[in-house]
Amino acid sequence: MAETKSHIGTQNKKGQTYTDPWKMLNEAPRKPSFYTGSEVIKEAIRRASCDVMIAYPITPQSEAAALIGELFAEGYIGDYFRGESEFAVMSQCAGAAFGGARVFTTTAGPGTMRAMENFPMWAGARLPIQMIVTCRGINSPLSIQPDTLEIAYLLNTGMLVWHAETAQDFFDWILKGYMVSEEPDVHLPLALCCDGFFVTHTKDVVNLTPTDMCLPPYDPYRSPVPCMDMECPPVRMMRDPFVMKSNYISYATHASWQQEVWAAVERSRKHTIHWLDGLIDTENADAEVMIVASGTAVSQGREAIRLLEDEGVRCGLVKVKSLRPWPAEEICEATKNAKHIFVPEFNVTGWLAKEIKATIPNSERVHAGPHVCGGMTMPPEIIVSEIKTALGLRSESLAGRGS
Amino acid sequence: MSKERIKISPDLYDIMPSDYQDLVQSATYGKEDRGWKDIGTSKELIEQHSLCAGCPESMAFRYILASLPNPEDTVMVGSTGCTSLVFPMVAVHNIHSLFGNQNAIASGLKRALSVRFPDRVKDVVVLAGDGATVDIGLDMTLQAWFRQEKFTTICFDNELYANTGGQESGLMQKGFVAKMAPVGKLFDKVRLPEIARESGCHYVVNCTVSKPSLVEKVIRNSVLIAREIGPTYVQLYTPCILEIGKNSMEGLQEMRDSEKPTERFAYKEYVSEPAKQLLAELATKDKERKAAAKQLAGKA
Ligand SMILES: Cc1ncc(C[n+]2csc(CCOP(=O)(O)OP(=O)(O)O)c2C)c(N)n1
Ligand code: SF4
Repeated sequence: MAETKSHIGTQNKKGQTYTDPWKMLNEAPRKPSFYTGSEVIKEAIRRASCDVMIAYPITPQSEAAALIGELFAEGYIGDYFRGESEFAVMSQCAGAAFGGARVFTTTAGPGTMRAMENFPMWAGARLPIQMIVTCRGINSPLSIQPDTLEIAYLLNTGMLVWHAETAQDFFDWILKGYMVSEEPDVHLPLALCCDGFFVTHTKDVVNLTPTDMCLPPYDPYRSPVPCMDMECPPVRMMRDPFVMKSNYISYATHASWQQEVWAAVERSRKHTIHWLDGLIDTENADAEVMIVASGTAVSQGREAIRLLEDEGVRCGLVKVKSLRPWPAEEICEATKNAKHIFVPEFNVTGWLAKEIKATIPNSERVHAGPHVCGGMTMPPEIIVSEIKTALGLRSESLAGRGS
Repeated sequence: MSKERIKISPDLYDIMPSDYQDLVQSATYGKEDRGWKDIGTSKELIEQHSLCAGCPESMAFRYILASLPNPEDTVMVGSTGCTSLVFPMVAVHNIHSLFGNQNAIASGLKRALSVRFPDRVKDVVVLAGDGATVDIGLDMTLQAWFRQEKFTTICFDNELYANTGGQESGLMQKGFVAKMAPVGKLFDKVRLPEIARESGCHYVVNCTVSKPSLVEKVIRNSVLIAREIGPTYVQLYTPCILEIGKNSMEGLQEMRDSEKPTERFAYKEYVSEPAKQLLAELATKDKERKAAAKQLAGKA
């Protein structure tokens, strides 16, 4: 096998210096830049030392996927191409990761669903691919608007799932994501989600690390399973393939591996806490009324808290950053004083509220909602109204609803 | 992988599995003229298999693995089906991920290996059933060819879905009554070799596996052309004796019957102009090498 050595301090072909990731992300000077979310994805990948990016157009991620093509043309990525469908793209990503490459791709909505068979395969094969999911509607009638329903399907694939609120989250978490998912005791794919358009197509000031610094390259020989490059000697893996056998050993093999994948998700917890500075962020954690949210619902929740404060209602906030690993203990702790817990969500089924109800004691405290779906915006007034109604406070009727 | 890498540390020798010891001592790794005649004398990359007794796929597997020009640096990609039961017992790295996505996996793999090892030869070989190649995976098969991906695609054409019990496949003959084709298959056998040629493959062969020397030549050519020029496709008739109701001894005859000049597996070969040129160059080099070796042997 190739020697595992440190690249830190040396330069890549583009003249970027491989930098200690902790120093690059926490100590290097940052430059404020006014960019769309899609441009921020490009900027993160510029610094990510990616070997292979595979693209397929679907709104709202097409722009990011195209911008990364420009990076390839500039020589920042080893290879880049458009696959023939999302199912194929995710398979191509798998092939590249099996071959020991650091792999990146982006998708959304129906694309995520079409590719779905690949995700448990990625996790089972321990491929640390990073996939950006810029969430959008998945059901008929066709919609391109943001709707986080697809996250619910990703939660049980064995992938790590993070939900970014802002473009700044995106920039930092793309780079940090590789640090967590490539740890030898984790080595799992990461679905880094955001609410399409709200994050991808709006401009924001994002603090970027210097362009001449990049992550150290991926070392595939730190993988817990062999890299498929014939650099380590092959052996016949089994005398008797268990796949089609109906016997205890075959069940046990599959079961123990499935459990190992989920154990790896658990082992990612300590690394995620280290890099993301906790799985959740909190504000006013001692309040009796709490909002628990992920993605841009967090921003709307923050605004609702400000409006409620004006009306004399004190409200706290939990921002859930990582959905897998799931911050069960943190959410229990942060909501222990809460009499009412509100979970605003950009989807119709309320998957986050269900997860929270299944996690905390006295789950009747959880008010699942408000829900907006189909790409609707969530005015903070809706959250305020939901909270005031539940607390028995008079709430002015919202415009458009009639009275 | 260099042949050196498979040496065993003397201290660990006695605890290595015997399979592994045999591989190190007597595999054909590093041997330039390896071929099907090594079967039974050198350690094979496949020995046991879990296919039905007498299944022609098992012969095909042996010939193919014995004919790989560079097994030390070859990764194989398979797909769900009868072949996927064999891969766990094959001593080259092999990837089985899902049903039908083999050419997409191979595309990503070949590109990753090219990025990581720009100065080394790493061959990728796809081997999948006809259902995986021509039905569920057809778009990925074709698009890999359109994109000129540099790997070989081998289809084990048993003209049906064997692993799930004999359902209709695109490569099945018209009129054949199969599960899920209750009144007989309604359309012709898909002309994949022709499609492969039109899609940009530089070497296309349609044949049976009744003649090991022929399989050896075809596999060597297809891997060497894919390595240097672009995609290659080999369609091999490996009849599913179980589903067509033959005995374990009857597979060979079934193949001989189907390779007659008027039959569907009559030998057909297409070689593109650049591929012809490459084969001619390789043949010249081979001659020179053999002559030099003879001279050396004469001196010794
Ligand atoms: C998505 C998906 N659909 C269906 C199957 C079930 N399946 C397993 S093998 C197979 C047929 C394989 O046929 P073929 O590719 O011709 O290979 P053979 O078994 O004949 O060698 C099918 C349909 C599957 N594994 N995955
Ligand atoms: S089912 Fe058919 S193709 Fe599969 S192993 Fe048996 S004989 Fe061979």
